[in-house]
This record gives sequence, structure tokens and C-alpha cells, in this order.
Amino acid sequence: MKYLYYPGCSSQSTGKAYGESVEAIFEALGAPLEELEDWNCCGATTYMSISELKAFTLSARNLALAERQGGDTAMLDLVVPCAACYLGLNKANKYLAEHREIREKVNNALSAAGLEYKGRVRVRHPLDILVNEIGLDKITERVKQPLAGYRVACYYGCQLVRPYADFDDQHQPVTMGKIIKALGGEVVDWPLKTRCCGGSLTGTYEDQGLRLSYMILNEAARRGATVIATACPLCQFNLECYQTKMGRRFGQPINMPVAFFTQLIGVAFGLSPRKLGLHRLFVPLPKSVEAVADAGGRHVNS
Amino acid sequence: MEKWQGWPKIQFESELDPGFADEIASIPGGEKLFSCIQCGTCSGMCPLSPCMDHTPRQIIAMIRAGFKEDVMSSRTTWLCASCYACTVECPKEINITDLMYAAKRVAIREGAFPKRLPIPILAREFFAEVEKTGRSTESWLLVRLFLKTNPFDMLKQAGLGMRLWLKGRMTIRRESIKRRGELHKMLKTLDSQHMVKSQRELQAEEKEIA
Repeated sequence: MKYLYYPGCSSQSTGKAYGESVEAIFEALGAPLEELEDWNCCGATTYMSISELKAFTLSARNLALAERQGGDTAMLDLVVPCAACYLGLNKANKYLAEHREIREKVNNALSAAGLEYKGRVRVRHPLDILVNEIGLDKITERVKQPLAGYRVACYYGCQLVRPYADFDDQHQPVTMGKIIKALGGEVVDWPLKTRCCGGSLTGTYEDQGLRLSYMILNEAARRGATVIATACPLCQFNLECYQTKMGRRFGQPINMPVAFFTQLIGVAFGLSPRKLGLHRLFVPLPKSVEAVADAGGRHVNS
Repeated sequence: MEKWQGWPKIQFESELDPGFADEIASIPGGEKLFSCIQCGTCSGMCPLSPCMDHTPRQIIAMIRAGFKEDVMSSRTTWLCASCYACTVECPKEINITDLMYAAKRVAIREGAFPKRLPIPILAREFFAEVEKTGRSTESWLLVRLFLKTNPFDMLKQAGLGMRLWLKGRMTIRRESIKRRGELHKMLKTLDSQHMVKSQRELQAEEKEIA
């Protein structure tokens, strides 16, 4: 089965590895992704702070394009890996369905470009598709190189499960953990699964942004994690790329690999590292199982 | 007595704006603003409340009481990272994150946001970029943000930018959709009908502020 796929702006730059690995693992599972043609920015959090209607219209254009490209099925799924895009498109979809006034205004704007959105798209996250559609059995079958020895802290971030997602719990989400277990990895129990990483504040209000990211890294290390798995390009960027800076600021060297959960799936499937974008990571994944065991879950001295 | 940083600007009842609460509550589901019981769950959940000048609970009380000037000049709404922790925990099911967005929109519309904070500047740059090209290009946005706030910070970030570039995670190419005209037509329709400020108006305002 083929899925329509919305990559999002981050997949073109800092989160390139996310797009690459999502496409690679879906292909490996026999459900290739078809990119949405001429997709535009979802509006992110920033658009909402300037104009609500424009934010909804931006998202609605993507939904309308998906409808056009997806053909005449009653309902069609749009796979959205980026947590912020997932929230933005999902929110627009909900508001368009529930508020007639917004729907009319947005459709009026869409009609200026010859588009119309009828409400047939379901916005889905890869986690949702992998667990609820493709199934864990099929994932286990495909594993060539189990993640034995990997102690993974599953970090969902804030915008993935809150507030509109219905495929997982808002406080203690479990889907990513289920996948990691299916791959033969060990899941670390920790309380900061959905804690905010600071988002764009690391760039605009560094003091607090870095502090929030640091708390997440520190707690994961304290609980013995050897790698953090994320589902959001901004979380991955914040947690990984500022480690040197955080180490200097908080007086503790940090060296924690932060990978997209899709990259870990790809590693277990034995896909080529290049295809998964592993060469783009600042902190490389442990090379072998023995290396993980050596580290003993103490990447941060705390 | 030393003044607390969150000391209200408004001192007299006559300075309150009685229509402010209704303005904010006009968003879908916004009328729940009036059912707030001031329990403070939102402030407790908020990962950023320790560095806000007013906690989310206070902001809600201030909106309801009409402390418009204080809400507009507060950093709180801009520090909100939209993590929705408050929204899912609120016992009265108030969509606090959306109320924060509503307050930000009023502040942008009236040019009343805190002038020295880079967050609203980034928001406006992002808005202008996507309005023009249909996509956001992180490298362009950051350069423009630094030029508008603190150009010297750019040097500090140069190392990180270089590392990202070497890993193929930063492009100089400006991202864009193919059918820009389609997007422009749609946004123009909204501009003409719903009094949403166009990019040109925003720029004119920016000049005024400078």
C-alpha cells in the first residue's frame, strides 16, 4: 500500500535525516511514500501568532492538494512525520470540520486558486501508521540486526501527542516504546517523555531554551539511557546540536546520541547508514552492541 | 518600596479596557476564558512560567479584568512555546494556548509587543518569508533575525552553522514552492476580506517603530 507523505520544511535542512529515514523504512516495509506535490509550509506555531485564518489556509492548501492527488477514496491518509506540522495540519483539519465559519472563509480563499477542501484527509503520524496499520508483527519480522544493548529513552516532545492526537496517551505515550521493544531494544522508563524541549526559544531566548533541553538530556542520562529517540526535527536539533554549548554552560560534558526513532528502526532493519542519514548526526550512534554495553549508560557524569 | 518586575502599569480603574476580554474570547471556544477558577494548574504545568513576568494564571485574570496594556507588554505570551501542557491539564478545559495566540495576535496587530524581545521579530520574519515563498528556509530566517536583533551574535553561531553545513543540514538555497502565484492569490483574498494585515503594512509599521 502506498501512502501520501508531507515532508515539511525541516526535512529540507536541519532535519534532513528524518525525511530520509522515514522514506527508507516505509519502503523497506513495503508501504512506499509518495511525496505531496508542491506542498507548502504548514504555518508552524509562528503563523498562528500573527493570523489564525492564514495559518488555517496554509494548512488547508496542503490538505486540498492531498485530496486532489489521492484520488476518489472516501478517506485518505496523509503521513506527517514532523511533530509541529502534524499538530498544525491536524489542528486545521479539526477546526475546518467543526467550525462552519472558518471552513467557509478558508474555502473561499482556496477557491481563488481553484482548490477546494472537502474534509476527506486524515492526518497521520508514522508512529500511528507503524503501530496501528502496518503492525508490530511485520516490524519484528523485518528485523535483521536487533537493537540488543541499546537503552533507549523515547522522547515524544510536546506537539506530537498534545492536544489533538488520538493514537496515544497525552501523558504517558507508549507507541514508540512498543516499536523499540519490537526491535529488540530496551526502553528506559522516565518521566520527561512529553516535556517541552524549548522549541524555537533556543534561538530566541537562549538562557531558558537551553535549560529546558538540558533537563531532558540530563534526566535521560541519569536513568541510564544510551540513546534518545525523537519524533520531531526541532527536538532532535535542540537536544543534539547544542550539547557542546550546554556542556560549557552547565559545567558538565554531554555526549548523548539523539536519533530519530525512524533511524533506529532502519538500523535494526540493517539498511545502509547513508540511506538513514546516520552520517548527519553530530553524536554518532554506538557502532556495535559491545560499545553500548561499555558505555554503561553513563554518557553524562551526574 | 522596590518595584516588582511584574508591577502593573495600570493603576486606576478608568485605564482598564472593558472590551479586551471579549476581544480575546472571540476565538472558537474562547468563551471558556470566563469559566477559569484561578486554580493555577496551568502555571504549575508550564515549563516556562519560572521566567515569565506574569504566570499564565495571572495573564488570564488580567485579560478578564481588562488589563490590556499590561498583557500586551508582558513577555508571558511570547515565551509560550505552544507545548499545550496547560491546555490538556486545565480542569475547566480552557484552551489556554489558543488564548495566548489570540493575545499575541492583538499585540502584533497593534504593534504593542515588547520591543526588545527577539521572539516576535522571528515570528514576523517567518510570516513574511512564508508569505513570499510558501516555505521557510531556516538559514535565511536566522540570518535575518540576527541582523534585526544583534548582528554580533551571528559570529557566535558561525561555528554551529558551519558544522551543520558540513553535515548537509544547512542549505544556502532558498526554499520555495513551485506555484507561488496560487498561494499569493489565496492570501490576498484573505487580506481583502478579513482585514488581515499584509506584509507591506507590517513593513510600514516596522519602519515606524524603528
